[in-house]
Amino acid sequence: MDLYLILFYFFAIITLVSAFFVVTTRNVIYAAFNLMLTLFGVAGFYVLLGADFIAIVQLIVYVGGILILLIFGVMLTNKITDTDIKSGFLNRVPGLLIVGTFAGILIGTLLKSTWRIAAPLPPPVAGLVGIGNLLMTEYTLIFEILGAVLLIALIGAASIARKQSN
Amino acid sequence: MSILAIVLITLVKIIIIANVILITVSYLVYFERKISAWVQNRIGPNRVGPLGLFQPFADVLKLMLKEDIVPDAANKLVHTLAPVLALIVAFTTYAVIPFGPVVTMFGYQIPLVVADVNIGILYVLAFTSIGVYAITFSGWSSGSKYSLIGGIRSSAQMISYEISMGFSIAGVLLTAGSLRPMEIVAAQHGWMWNAVLQPIGFITFLVSAFAETNRLPFDLPEAEPELVGGYHTEYSSMKFASFFLAEYANMIIASAMIVTLYLGGWQVPYIENFGLNAGITAIMQVAAFLFKTGVLLFFFIWVRWSLPRFRYDQLMNIGWKVMFPLSLVNLIWAAIVTMLLN
Repeated sequence: MDLYLILFYFFAIITLVSAFFVVTTRNVIYAAFNLMLTLFGVAGFYVLLGADFIAIVQLIVYVGGILILLIFGVMLTNKITDTDIKSGFLNRVPGLLIVGTFAGILIGTLLKSTWRIAAPLPPPVAGLVGIGNLLMTEYTLIFEILGAVLLIALIGAASIARKQSN
Repeated sequence: MSILAIVLITLVKIIIIANVILITVSYLVYFERKISAWVQNRIGPNRVGPLGLFQPFADVLKLMLKEDIVPDAANKLVHTLAPVLALIVAFTTYAVIPFGPVVTMFGYQIPLVVADVNIGILYVLAFTSIGVYAITFSGWSSGSKYSLIGGIRSSAQMISYEISMGFSIAGVLLTAGSLRPMEIVAAQHGWMWNAVLQPIGFITFLVSAFAETNRLPFDLPEAEPELVGGYHTEYSSMKFASFFLAEYANMIIASAMIVTLYLGGWQVPYIENFGLNAGITAIMQVAAFLFKTGVLLFFFIWVRWSLPRFRYDQLMNIGWKVMFPLSLVNLIWAAIVTMLLN
């Protein structure tokens, strides 16, 4: 086994095991911590694929931004109002049915389909410069629209958060 | 270069840097106490060894011999995990900070940085944002209101100042045209230090660095008179020492980052005109990096013992209404400068 494969399985195990705990643990803080490990594992995959910029952005945005806000919410509500937020098992039978069906479909497709293996691509060069150029030429419109969406979200958040004046 | 050589060279670099940082941290604590004593017209530690120079070792020994107390209300696992996280973050960040030029040693081209990553600056940002977890977890898991308030204050402060920090860095990246720390340093040759080219960005980054390291005047997370000790109120023994260590290690990172981004890194202006040989030049450049970092560390300590603490609303006002717009102005200025220089 070469180093690449070992690293791949290392990240795969981290991602899968922590993702398993995210959904099974009853303590929300543990779930959040495991979600952090899952996001780390995915970042590892990006690095293995040669997309180091995406990997770091994944860490900055998801681990450094979104997840920390989630933990904030949980921390503040869990301790201050004295109502324990704990996840439990609800609706076992319908849940099992739906999940079982989906799992069956997925596994069935996995086993039945014939996999074509493409010739290995040359390693991508200078990810960051390439992404920047694409964003400023081919995908300018989408980039600008995304900017507008974010601006709208910001204004919305600010208007919800500000004090209501009578 | 064979794989073995690369691994060996990297290991040697890691060991050297880790040890230098550990020793610097312990002496930083000593100097903090000495400088605070000078500021307040006292003598400071002077009992252990000549001039109190062995004080750090006595402190470490004392901390190790203390009993490790975990409160009943604490979440044991997270309570233990938090200081570990703090240390991991504090020490991994050094990997991308260059402390010297590329030198030729034993026939190998060795860059004086542990990992010459092409997105090094983003790596530092990512790890500082993970540092928030250590503080949040420690505040939450202690099961004490002082810790919780300290933890929340600290993470809110770090998240707010990360934004102006990011925009200040964006200005530097514009002028350097790269995210690789080595190239950012190389772009600041001669007089063209970023502190000269974009003074506003330098100031916003400096202030944000103070806020990110939770140092006075931004030390609300610890604020002894109101919060006992903030997020590490319920920590004792080596767990407390880990937070202490991480805090000072973060101070060194912040100084090293300011030097790398704004003060020319390891560059000595116009050293190439003196016609010194390569070895002496390299040594002088590493010495210059250490000197600049040292001056900044002194500045950090000096400010701490000179200024009072902000109120919480003042802190948020400065972060969002002063530093953030200023860093945006700097970004536009940096774009203009870059266009003029090219």
